[in-house]
Amino acid sequence: MGAGGGVTLVSDPTTEVVDLAATSLRELNSRLHALTGADGEPQRIVVANPRGRHNIAVGLDVPVEVVVDGHAGYYCAGMNKLADVRIVGNCGPGVAENMMSGSVVVEGNASQSAGATGRGGLLVIRSNAAGRCGISLKGTDVVVQGSIGPMGAFLAQTGRMVVCGDAGDGLGDSIYEARLYVRGSVAGLGADCVEKEMGEQHLAEVRELLERAGVSGVDAADFRRYGSARRLYNFDIDHAGEY
Amino acid sequence: MSQLEEFLTAPPPRPSLRESATFDRRTIAEIQRAAREGIYDIRGGGTKRRIPHFDDLLFLGASVSRYPLEGYRERCATDIVLGTRFAKKPLHLDIPVTIAGMSFGALSAQAKEALGRGATAMGTSTTTGDGGMTPEERGHSKTLVYQVLPSRYGMNPDDLRRADAIEVVVGQGAKPGGGGMLLGQKISERVAGMRDLPQGIDQRSACRHPDWTGPDDLEIKIAELREITEWEKPIFVKVGATRTFFDVALAVKAGADVIVLDGMQGGTAATQDVFIEHVGIPILAAIPQAVASLQELGMHREVQLIVSGGIRNGADVAKALALGADAASIGTAALIALGDNSPELDEEYRALGSAAGYYDDWQDGRDPAGISTQDDELAARLDPELGGRRVANYLRSMVLETQTLARACGKSHVHNLEPEDMVALTVEAAAMARVPLAGTSWIPGAGGNL
Ligand SMILES: Cc1cc2nc3c(=O)[nH]c(=O)nc-3n(C[C@H](O)[C@H](O)[C@H](O)COP(=O)(O)O)c2cc1C
Repeated sequence: MGAGGGVTLVSDPTTEVVDLAATSLRELNSRLHALTGADGEPQRIVVANPRGRHNIAVGLDVPVEVVVDGHAGYYCAGMNKLADVRIVGNCGPGVAENMMSGSVVVEGNASQSAGATGRGGLLVIRSNAAGRCGISLKGTDVVVQGSIGPMGAFLAQTGRMVVCGDAGDGLGDSIYEARLYVRGSVAGLGADCVEKEMGEQHLAEVRELLERAGVSGVDAADFRRYGSARRLYNFDIDHAGEY
Repeated sequence: MSQLEEFLTAPPPRPSLRESATFDRRTIAEIQRAAREGIYDIRGGGTKRRIPHFDDLLFLGASVSRYPLEGYRERCATDIVLGTRFAKKPLHLDIPVTIAGMSFGALSAQAKEALGRGATAMGTSTTTGDGGMTPEERGHSKTLVYQVLPSRYGMNPDDLRRADAIEVVVGQGAKPGGGGMLLGQKISERVAGMRDLPQGIDQRSACRHPDWTGPDDLEIKIAELREITEWEKPIFVKVGATRTFFDVALAVKAGADVIVLDGMQGGTAATQDVFIEHVGIPILAAIPQAVASLQELGMHREVQLIVSGGIRNGADVAKALALGADAASIGTAALIALGDNSPELDEEYRALGSAAGYYDDWQDGRDPAGISTQDDELAARLDPELGGRRVANYLRSMVLETQTLARACGKSHVHNLEPEDMVALTVEAAAMARVPLAGTSWIPGAGGNL
């Protein structure tokens, strides 16, 4: 992974390269915010030399493809709307935080709080994600090809999360209506999170998410489903000890 | 019966009914309630017991050594600017009093609209809350501050761009270290939809932000918000008053344009009584710490300071400004101006087991004044136009009071009030506010550590 990994820079009029070694982050984001989707604008922006910089491609609001050609720091593609952002490297905490729509694909690993509070769109992490992946999820679909750390989907409200590897301890703690699917082992479930039956519609849901994420060779039948027992939805003195 | 026998057998006279200071009637009632219900008391409002407050300070009016300004003739300006440090578009407000963040959910849409109308009429700002921005309040608020809270309910980049300023909420004075709470009876269809929650659940939201944990990543978070909004909007950081000296320094380091400091007596829509009464420090004690912190960093007046928690009138505002704040903010008082605890509703309050002047069940959703409710019928009782008018009237009289005191101290701008204009009535207030005890030159603890 890293500089140059997987991106071919051709002299293509629909592609524009912004080199963060020569351009400020402010200029990059301004440029991205100025896009309107009109004819003649580039359809693809390649961010060269990201070098772990924070806040790359945040607040996008237009259907454009952005390729971050290397590692990114905190909040890459934060609050994304409509754009398709691909990070050809690893990324720091809060990737695609509060995403509204569009997609964000991390080719490497993601640090903690990946997809935090996301309300729409698709987040794909090709390798592993650290702790608190999908925390306070509010509608985003998250597909992790590797494993996730502890406290995944903490307080997750709606949205779906598919983990092809293992999940760390405290999965789905205080979860609301989000649906979680894990193929590997789960180190432990958080408060009010329970395993639930895999019905036909759940298999179909996993298949659909894997397909949208471009994941092949994984059988939906290998996944187990987790969600809320809904015992903490309204205060009940006899469940107070479960927190 | 002889006189002596009569004396010895008569029932004891009333004075022998001695109430315990430790186990007073309220304490006894609370133990009995807990034994019955098995859960802590949750309520609205702020600290109810007496704690050192602005009432414990007095102004020294002008005399031979200082001369006053003429009450109705000489100008005493009240305008303020917030967000001069980094934002391209700082807020220009006509008065030094703003409306604090109160969520749609905690309050009805009508109440939010009324607050927006009142604030706008007086040239000041209002603030969203833990539940997102409603079109009603955006539409009726000329200047609207958008809160970014741990829950991030309703958070979206469009509203962020629609806002005039952004407030990152780290804590609230009523519950520093605690998260939001909204009980099921107030999670109506609309509230649930805005928060992406199931209807009717007891919502207990996070107390920590989901994607940053300390001052170093708060700095990156603030930078992200600035990048998304093209560095236009002032960014406030709101903290509950606890370790204020350090919190203010860290918020400044993280890049805040404005610090919002909420004292322990600050109101809430729903919090455990034990939290409201026992966590945090009074705003009186917190302001001097905040100002000292800003001064040490060379940032006083560069980073503006808004304070709240029990602000009731122009005297409170003037004293807060004299201690070094740039503006004061109100929650509870604005609700009272809207009609909360109105005597006309006494019978209805009594039907709920309360009374006018005591009502604090803002968590409960059955507010007869139509303010802290999501019940359509109750909410419809509040006319947003009339409510807005009352809020504006109240703000106007607060500002007149503030100017009256400032002129008496010879100030042509309310910001020219200073600690030297004040003395304290009690030793505690003198120590906390760092002004001398009245009639002495004694400031207890002066020269000591913070
Ligand atoms: C009904 C109500 C709802 C509140 N909701 C919020 C909120 O959503 N976010 C927040 O930061 N503070 C909230 N607060 C606290 C206020 O912003 C403010 O800090 C406090 O009311 C100031 O103290 P005061 O009520 O004595 O004026 C709320 C307060 C009240 C009374």
